[in-house]
Amino acid sequence: MGIATKDLWVYYDDFAALKSISISIDSKAITALIGPSGCGKSTFLRTLNRMNDSIDGVTVQGDVLINGSNIYGEEINTIALRKTVGMVFQRPNPFPMSIIDNITWALKFHGVKRRRDREEIAAESLKRVGLWDEVSHRLKDPAFALSGGQQQRLCIARAIALQPEIILMDEPTSALDPVAARVVEELLISLKEDYTVILVSHNMEQAARVSDYTAFFLMGELIEHSPTDQLFANPKDNRTEDYITGRFG
Amino acid sequence: MNKRRKLTDKLMTILPILSVLITILPLISISVYLVYKGVQYLNVQFLTELPKPVGQPGGGMANSIVGSGIVVGLAGLIGVPIAVLAGIYLAEYGRKTKLAAVVRFFADVLQGVPSIVIGIVAYAVVVIPMGSFSAVAGAAALAMMLIPFLTRTTEEALLTVPQDVKEAGLALGQPQWRVVLGIVLRSARGPIMTGVMLGIARIAGETAPLLFTALNNRFWHNGLNGPISTLTVQIYNYAISPFTDWNGQAWSGALVLVLLVTGLNILVRTLARSRYSERS
Repeated sequence: MGIATKDLWVYYDDFAALKSISISIDSKAITALIGPSGCGKSTFLRTLNRMNDSIDGVTVQGDVLINGSNIYGEEINTIALRKTVGMVFQRPNPFPMSIIDNITWALKFHGVKRRRDREEIAAESLKRVGLWDEVSHRLKDPAFALSGGQQQRLCIARAIALQPEIILMDEPTSALDPVAARVVEELLISLKEDYTVILVSHNMEQAARVSDYTAFFLMGELIEHSPTDQLFANPKDNRTEDYITGRFG
Repeated sequence: MNKRRKLTDKLMTILPILSVLITILPLISISVYLVYKGVQYLNVQFLTELPKPVGQPGGGMANSIVGSGIVVGLAGLIGVPIAVLAGIYLAEYGRKTKLAAVVRFFADVLQGVPSIVIGIVAYAVVVIPMGSFSAVAGAAALAMMLIPFLTRTTEEALLTVPQDVKEAGLALGQPQWRVVLGIVLRSARGPIMTGVMLGIARIAGETAPLLFTALNNRFWHNGLNGPISTLTVQIYNYAISPFTDWNGQAWSGALVLVLLVTGLNILVRTLARSRYSERS
């Protein structure tokens, strides 16, 4: 169960962005993916919900197993996959709708037929991300009226409303101010009680603070994957040590 | 050196201001002259009555006003859905396909085709088979003008929607059609509506494509498959006539046309404004 890849290669045309990644990711924990720009960590993240499908020239080889089934197998439909594997992006990207509609819009398609049920789920999700008290009196306001940090928490609420098992986060705090980032970070930590969280982060302090496991990527290769305190205190590989001590990247 | 810099700076400030003035000068003078000439014959009778025979004073353009509304409205009903769907195809589904490249090329070429040529085409493909000049033929000609313009405008409007917003929709397990209809189209609603209004305003002012499609009618139209009067053709006929009161009525017709297009523009923009689409 959970997420595992075996000999995963991802190509952009001829360029190998990921080279033979084999990793097994623990459930109900936060795994941070770190590494310099262009190391393949975002590509890896987007492979897990097949978000790279829509990009031209991408080829995926090898196995990506989520709950035991290969998500690049023939019988997989991306709609069901993405219901199980949610995603939060770098820039808060609410839809051009009201706050509440941002959450209920996707639920409608996933079979929650009654409006009242959708609104109830939305309220639950907003409470879960700590946004309810801030927005309950203005659910019909446009989502763009919220602050950046609130928008990002709305996007997280939108993702968890579908009751996924896994949430992928692509640098979710890097577009936020430090105070808002802190709030989102604390939310992340609380999310691992219910979800498997995979977090791409450029910020090593953040990775050290919030994650249970850390995977270090470099030039498309997975260099090291260990419990976070171990990786930061006692890196096994020289390249990991160079990176976390700031010698490059 | 410093003096020269300041002088250049001043000059480069004055030049754009001057250009703006030159740009809006024709607009202002047209508006002022149109009102000045147009109000003379503009009265209730002009808006509610049929034209009077030569020599008889009074009469109006009621049939032309209604006719323009019908022909332009019909052209919009045909053209807007086709153009918006074609724009969606170009921007979202077939972006890099050969078909899209061909469609783009012909849409661009078609926009440069003189409108009288469009009229001839509509005459050949609609009027001759139907056996009669008609409102439908006029609308078809105008739709032919509207579609290429609006297709490209819609495509460009959709391309401005950020990729990450579309991905957010897909990442929630939504099929592409739902993301396109629910998010992309909604995000681009403002610029698309602007395109629709510009297109409608442009075809509402066309005369040449209507000359041998909708033709003209001195009376109320008799169904959509018969000749129909439109403001532009009526203005043209009255303006080139040798009678002073017809010339004057042509000015009033022009004023009504401008007011109608402007009014429609304001109305649609107000109705279509969404408080959800502004990204702060």
